[in-house]
Amino acid sequence: MRIENVFRGLLGLFAAVALSGCATPPLRGTGDLGLVIERASGRVAVVETSHRTKLGQIAGLGDLSHASVNYSRDERYAYVFGRDGGLTQIDMLEMRIVNRAVQSGNSIGGAISQDGRLVAVANYTPGGINVFDAVTLKQVANIPALDDNGKPSKVIGLVDAPGNRFVFSLFEAGEIWLVEMKDPAKPVVRKYKNIGKEPYDAMITADGRYYLAGLFGEDGLALLDLWNPDAGVKRVLDHYGRGEQKLPVFKMPHLEGWAATGNELLVPAVGRHEVLVIDQGKWTEAARIPVAGQPVFVVARPDNRQVWVNFAFPDNGTVQVIDVPSRTIVQTLKPGKAVLHLEFTPRGEQVWLSARDDDKVVIYDSETYLPVSELHVDKPSGIFFTPRAHRTGL
Amino acid sequence: MLLAGSVVICTPVMAGEPPAPARQTELINLIRQDCGSCHGMTLAGGLGLPLLPEALKGKSPEALTETILRGRGGTPMPPWQAFISEDEAGWIVDMLMKGLPDAH
Repeated sequence: MRIENVFRGLLGLFAAVALSGCATPPLRGTGDLGLVIERASGRVAVVETSHRTKLGQIAGLGDLSHASVNYSRDERYAYVFGRDGGLTQIDMLEMRIVNRAVQSGNSIGGAISQDGRLVAVANYTPGGINVFDAVTLKQVANIPALDDNGKPSKVIGLVDAPGNRFVFSLFEAGEIWLVEMKDPAKPVVRKYKNIGKEPYDAMITADGRYYLAGLFGEDGLALLDLWNPDAGVKRVLDHYGRGEQKLPVFKMPHLEGWAATGNELLVPAVGRHEVLVIDQGKWTEAARIPVAGQPVFVVARPDNRQVWVNFAFPDNGTVQVIDVPSRTIVQTLKPGKAVLHLEFTPRGEQVWLSARDDDKVVIYDSETYLPVSELHVDKPSGIFFTPRAHRTGL
Repeated sequence: MLLAGSVVICTPVMAGEPPAPARQTELINLIRQDCGSCHGMTLAGGLGLPLLPEALKGKSPEALTETILRGRGGTPMPPWQAFISEDEAGWIVDMLMKGLPDAH
């Protein structure tokens, strides 16, 4: 820890001691707060990005080996989705658990509705989504992911969409479902079938218009234009592998962090050590950028000038930076062992990276590419900052 | 050296020497953390199937070893043979069928 951080920490402590006699705790906002998942110990660390410090820890969240977080629109509460079906609501200021429900046997992630009143969870077992009241965590709807023959599917790629809708995909069935939640007690489900083999994750563009599911079972992506839902699902980047033998994939890419840079979308190829550049008007391949391994997260800096990429095992100690205009790799960094996730500060001057096997989060300056500081965090995975509260799909 | 090599190749999978203690720790970490990214850190399953003893009961250890080493076609399970030897894969199957000790 840097001296100035220690100093700031001490100042904070003195302030807390000085104020402890008062009736009200010191006021603070939540816009610079975030959570880091401690995947092996069922805890989350509460962090703040202004001074790069850890404010506290919250334990008792169950199996967080694949965990993700959404935030309430006031950025006061976090909803943590655990692997074991646990849904935990956390007060970011009081740093405590407010509500917790174990709502399925095995889940993968969640989404919060446009109006902030509903939280939906995507489940593997039993396959489907459960929808909860965001304040009470009382269940308001259950939508089992059954195909026409009654066979269950794992649900992946659940996102919110404008119009208080949720969109998700069915891994085994190869379907995309669009759910309108105007009346939470009566969800209206529209199903798109035969969208492609094994959709493994999906994303929605920041404007909430395009939902894209990546396919594992074949080369290509399934695209749903939510402005024209009657037009159906269209296949894009069909056969980008050109029939070549796929390289083994030791970790599934994640599509939540797909980088949309205005006119282009940068996405991880599957089974190829490439980042694909998609023209977002024509929905055709604009370029492919060779990278150090199987890309996992492909994340644009908020100004879209750079895209940072991490990789699957065995290249998970490497992070590369793509300069978007020239489509070239400008940096190859080694932040630590097993880099699982990365998150930019709200306006992108710094980026936080979790190095699982080094038990640390490393913070880089995104202009100089130099480490600024690091925090000890036990087996860190996902890093989630509160400004996600105001972004569709996050 | 040639003789030693042939011995390893001809030895049945389950009869291999267990990995050295340091390697065992590495492998357990690999199973929990990296296999765990699909199969779940508790191995109760995720996008990949559960790998707990009750889920593996009655399955052929040789076939499971083969799956670890060469992957399974038509599924996302990749081949691990570039990182795990045959003996190590056999040891992993043995550990999974008995129940993996905690990583910490």
